[in-house]
Amino acid sequence: MKPVNQQAWFLVAPVLLLVAFTAIIPLMTVVNYSVQYVATNAQFHWVGDLWYREVLHAEKFWNALWRNLVFSGIILAIQIPLGVLIALNMPRKGWGVPTCLVLMSLPLLIPWYVVGMIWQMFGRVDIGLMGVMLRDFGYNYEGDPMDAWFTLIIMDVWHWTSLVALLAYAGLVSIPNAYYQAARIDGASGWQVFLHVQLPRIARVLTIAVLLRFMDSFMIFTEPFAVIAGGDPVFLSTELSQTVELGQRAAMSIIYFLIILLLSWVFYTVMTRDDGEPVQPGGKSGSAS
Amino acid sequence: MARIDLQNIRHAYAPDPKSDADYALKRVDQSFDDGGAYALLGPSGCGKTSLLNIISGLVAPTEGCVLFSGDDVTARPTEKRNIAQVFQFPVVYDSMTVRENLAFPLRNRRMKPDDIARRVNEVLDLVSLTALADRRARGLTADEKQKISLGRGLVRSDVNAILFDEPLTVVDPQVKWELRASLRDVHRRTRTTMVYVTHDQTEALTFADKVVVMYDGEIVQVGSPADLFDRPQHTFVGHFIGSPGMNIMPASVDGATVRLGEHSVPLASAPRLDASQKLQLGVRPEFVRLSTTGIPATIVRMEDAGRYRVAHLDMLGMPVAAMLREGEAAPAAPHISFDPAGVHLYADSWRVDLGGAAQ
Repeated sequence: MKPVNQQAWFLVAPVLLLVAFTAIIPLMTVVNYSVQYVATNAQFHWVGDLWYREVLHAEKFWNALWRNLVFSGIILAIQIPLGVLIALNMPRKGWGVPTCLVLMSLPLLIPWYVVGMIWQMFGRVDIGLMGVMLRDFGYNYEGDPMDAWFTLIIMDVWHWTSLVALLAYAGLVSIPNAYYQAARIDGASGWQVFLHVQLPRIARVLTIAVLLRFMDSFMIFTEPFAVIAGGDPVFLSTELSQTVELGQRAAMSIIYFLIILLLSWVFYTVMTRDDGEPVQPGGKSGSAS
Repeated sequence: MARIDLQNIRHAYAPDPKSDADYALKRVDQSFDDGGAYALLGPSGCGKTSLLNIISGLVAPTEGCVLFSGDDVTARPTEKRNIAQVFQFPVVYDSMTVRENLAFPLRNRRMKPDDIARRVNEVLDLVSLTALADRRARGLTADEKQKISLGRGLVRSDVNAILFDEPLTVVDPQVKWELRASLRDVHRRTRTTMVYVTHDQTEALTFADKVVVMYDGEIVQVGSPADLFDRPQHTFVGHFIGSPGMNIMPASVDGATVRLGEHSVPLASAPRLDASQKLQLGVRPEFVRLSTTGIPATIVRMEDAGRYRVAHLDMLGMPVAAMLREGEAAPAAPHISFDPAGVHLYADSWRVDLGGAAQ
């Protein structure tokens, strides 16, 4: 038997160090705060799971969590189909390609807070273009939580649908022409081409799009903060920003983080469950796919 | 089933072609008889795939007409031409099972479910995929995926023609033989017109009754495998078909003799030639004899191909290959002579008909 040499571990050390500083240590400090009571004289007192119990028993937390889930659900239900629809209709060659790509990228380049400010002004019922137009229908995002919801969703769709469209477009242009040719020869309809050729081949990038859009929309903070400054509707993040106790904030952060981790894992597992089909023994994996 | 006529087809991929060089297909006039098995043979980039796509309607020709059994179908889209085509790389519907993949073209044409099931089972058997019938196509190997593609090409029994575009490129050698034999078998039983594109001469010669050799956007010869071997009409055919290819030597002609330096080779008759034409002598290695008389040459190297050996010689500064049968030894001071049956004269690369030669 060959002698075992452990020196290779040194090669892993830089990565471990990096991950420790970027993720593990900051996260662990928060874990540390979440189990302590910080008194005004900067004295730490061990409180165990007190903060966690307090957070999980607060009705406000569950309301905010529910709002977050509904918000992300609506965002995904609108942005994913809309993004794919836009990608399907984007030009594949000629001068339209760069034009479209630049136009689609523009909203993505605007900082979050600026997006919030734009829509805050856009929706104002005294001077905003949208606000004035919708005023007669009773629209007022500052007074009516439903109108605030509506504004936030419109804003997010405007801001982020291009991301889904660009990802789907990248997936679509990578489909070899032979697939479309074969579908024509097989007499497939346009809907069948979408269902059997395009959708399976953009499924992977769509998984990424769903994950990104889910995580970002679930973590939404800056835009509602800019538009409604912590008023209704209250999301987990805005709720968190208004929590005073350091330990409670830390506990809520950990819970928030774990929810996102769990839901992302669920999404990923569900969406990629078809990929792991075993390749039969002795066979080469389908390299041309 | 149909007879396919290509009339004066020219095709350029870039708009506004000016010279011949702008055309991927320079001028093609070719008929494919109903029920024939054809191979389109030529090197990469000679226009064979373009020609195939023009037949199936995936590409519209810049000029010329495509006729199916006398009907002009040039303007008809692919899906209306009732053609099956198999591509070079496996094209399968990943999310479907093998069985659903094969049923797909039939379902789209509103065939009855019972007939579909029966037909699909036949084809599964034909491409030996029965064991994998209910597996998803996604997890299969490239070999198996290409068998699905082949199966989808064969599953419709009423097609005008089945077109194959180098379908066995990704398939393992031993499976290749098996599938090619299946295709031959299908052709014998159904007599569907088949056109098979390949750059592999063995594949073309074993598959087809008629081989269409293409070179640089043109058809240079159409014939049976024996025709291509015995009477190559163009130096390209001589060079491309055969292993090793034909020896092509620059020459000059004096009456009924070809002059090679100070030596001469007799011809069957005196050809009529233009003085400006570039003349070449073509002799396949099978017709080069090594003995103690003739044109002196030196052996550069020997190649052992198992059943026969190939001698690569230097004759008057020109490379010449000669084939030696098993047990035949090359003489110590070899001299080359040519078997009159295999001597061809080419003027500007095209064969000059000498009447008596190459019977």
